[in-house]
Amino acid sequence: MPAAALPGRESATSNPGGVCLSGWGNYPKVSTELLAPHTPAAARDDLLRRSGVIARGAGRAYGDAAIGTQATISSRGLNRMRSFDAATAQLTVEAGVTIADILAAFEPRGFFLKVVPGTKFVTVGGAIAADVHGKNHHRDGGFGMIVESFRLALPGGEIVSCSRSENAALFAATLGGMGLTGMILDATLQLLPIETAWLRQDTRVAGNLDAAIDQLENSASSTYSVAWIDCLARGAALGRSLVYLAEHATRRDMDMLGPGLAPFPSPRTQRLSVPELFPGWLLNRTSMRVFNELYFRRGAAQQGRQRLVHWDPYFFPLDAISDWNRIYGRRGFVQYQCVIPLERARRVLADILDRVSRRGDASFLAVLKQLGDGGGPMSFPLRGYTLTMDFPVSDTLFAFLDQLDALVVDAGGRLYLAKDARQSRATFESGYPGLAALRDIRRQTGATTRLASHLSERLGI
Amino acid sequence: MTGTKSILVIGGSSDIGHATALRYAKEGWRVTLAARDLAAAQRNADDIRTRSGVDTTVQSLDVLQTGQLAGFVAGLSALPDTVVCVVGELGDQLRAQVDPELATTIMRTNFEAPSLLLEQFAQAFAARGSGTIVGVSSVAGDRGRASNYYYGAAKAGFTQFLSGLRNRLALAGRVRVVTVKPGFVRTKMTAHMKLPAPLTVQPDRVAEDIFRADVTRPRDVIYVARRFWLVMTIICALPETIFKRMRI
Repeated sequence: MPAAALPGRESATSNPGGVCLSGWGNYPKVSTELLAPHTPAAARDDLLRRSGVIARGAGRAYGDAAIGTQATISSRGLNRMRSFDAATAQLTVEAGVTIADILAAFEPRGFFLKVVPGTKFVTVGGAIAADVHGKNHHRDGGFGMIVESFRLALPGGEIVSCSRSENAALFAATLGGMGLTGMILDATLQLLPIETAWLRQDTRVAGNLDAAIDQLENSASSTYSVAWIDCLARGAALGRSLVYLAEHATRRDMDMLGPGLAPFPSPRTQRLSVPELFPGWLLNRTSMRVFNELYFRRGAAQQGRQRLVHWDPYFFPLDAISDWNRIYGRRGFVQYQCVIPLERARRVLADILDRVSRRGDASFLAVLKQLGDGGGPMSFPLRGYTLTMDFPVSDTLFAFLDQLDALVVDAGGRLYLAKDARQSRATFESGYPGLAALRDIRRQTGATTRLASHLSERLGI
Repeated sequence: MTGTKSILVIGGSSDIGHATALRYAKEGWRVTLAARDLAAAQRNADDIRTRSGVDTTVQSLDVLQTGQLAGFVAGLSALPDTVVCVVGELGDQLRAQVDPELATTIMRTNFEAPSLLLEQFAQAFAARGSGTIVGVSSVAGDRGRASNYYYGAAKAGFTQFLSGLRNRLALAGRVRVVTVKPGFVRTKMTAHMKLPAPLTVQPDRVAEDIFRADVTRPRDVIYVARRFWLVMTIICALPETIFKRMRI
């Protein structure tokens, strides 16, 4: 058993005044009381005794979604798996179990998750609360689609089971409800049996945004599709992209493309990390241009050749670099993710990319994906295209993003709450007509006056 | 399941007990968790079974009921290949100074009860001619300090007990005794404490080191993290005239 604190000054007991928390974007940084219950029952008790409180998973939401106005309850202590039924491939876990935990335990046994976001370090509770999506949303829907049921602790202390047949309205409002309906304690997920854990990937080069959207549109039969856009390309090459299409590899694919490879390889270990004092000057236009050029040449060289890609770097490329969010320095960054309805997507996305490339401080790569219809009234996805970019926080950034918001609002689009740290109430309300349903549910469960994050306060939810 | 090895974790409701059992389960070892808080042990057992797919059971045991320890060992359906004892309680040092009952509980929980229990396993393993006994002690037992000397004194006693037991069993045959001395570990027990990050490890690190010291790279005494060996060597080398005036 551990010793008590050795150096005397370290032995002070926990934070009566609270801790400073931020999301993955390191912006904003806000003070809150932080609770860390070790069991679902203790989490429910913590919720019962607090106001201005919100649940927090792995802290991978980028902005202020998982910081309570007064108190924040971490779900990391709720990290136990409960049961697995091999016959139905249904897995029940506590809310703080991460997607990485699930894949580490079940990928070697031939199971995957049908919907995974771009990082495996999110918790199941967080994935439900944000109704996260993957590269197959246009075909398979969001994370909510693989959720059979969950148990939700309401602010009054009641614990209710929710599914599509039981408390269905509460179930739906919790998908994408950003923790504002209650605290998810555990959930039952449907796992996906797989023949191998490799992906058969096809790379296509698209010379500009129109070509990229054409590629994505024409590959609607592909399970996974995503385009990486070179944000530094301008003019006729605006939106030049590498489009990645992929399928779960079958045993036959492996025989042809990678005989001798283990069909269910272990997770890749994190080899790189970004130091706390990362020199920000390394990220300049010249170095980015060189990087992008190399990146695109490598991609172009792979065009037309199918290759097998390990599941871990395929689905979670940035997870290989721990603390990659530090590259944007102390002031932090904002990840801007919007979705534009199908019919307006080409023109509006071109307009956004043009403004971003002229401004010049966005991340050097942007991600473009197709989305289908959302799973709950507050789910981010709608039928259209979603574009994702990082911007380091600066004095002029928010005024610029307000201009992009105006384009998004005008096109009938919306911003992803899991990424948001700064949109206005007007932008939010015009993008989320399902807000009324969430507010209804919150009134019914007593959440309106008790559950509040900095995001919900900022947006008037 | 013949051929499958088995581990019994005493203190199976704890974070280190959970992590240790899970580490062995991932290698296919069958797991039994013994604990006073059976519901907490069951939660851990369900987790281990779900993650690893191995057979996992729980047993009720209150180690402070020392009269029942011999019966507990005799009543096991099968003697495990490895027994790991992670029983311990930090206790509140300041309260213990004015509350003899609490002081007694800290000393019994960290020294008396684990020692008496492991003595039973030593005899059973010796009779069988094989087995590993892993006792989780603490660096706090290396030198008494103002901030936790009831806990530290009891752990010191436990460390010496394990040392003597190892000596006895090494002379007699093939039963091994491993002493584990964790430093700072992020667990329920230390949740209220601010721990120095460079010296603090997660429970699965302790589990990994225990598995290694037992199975893959046998050792008698290990520090977790290893750099704590150096820290404690320096602390133990300080002259008492200086040490007694220090706040560490």
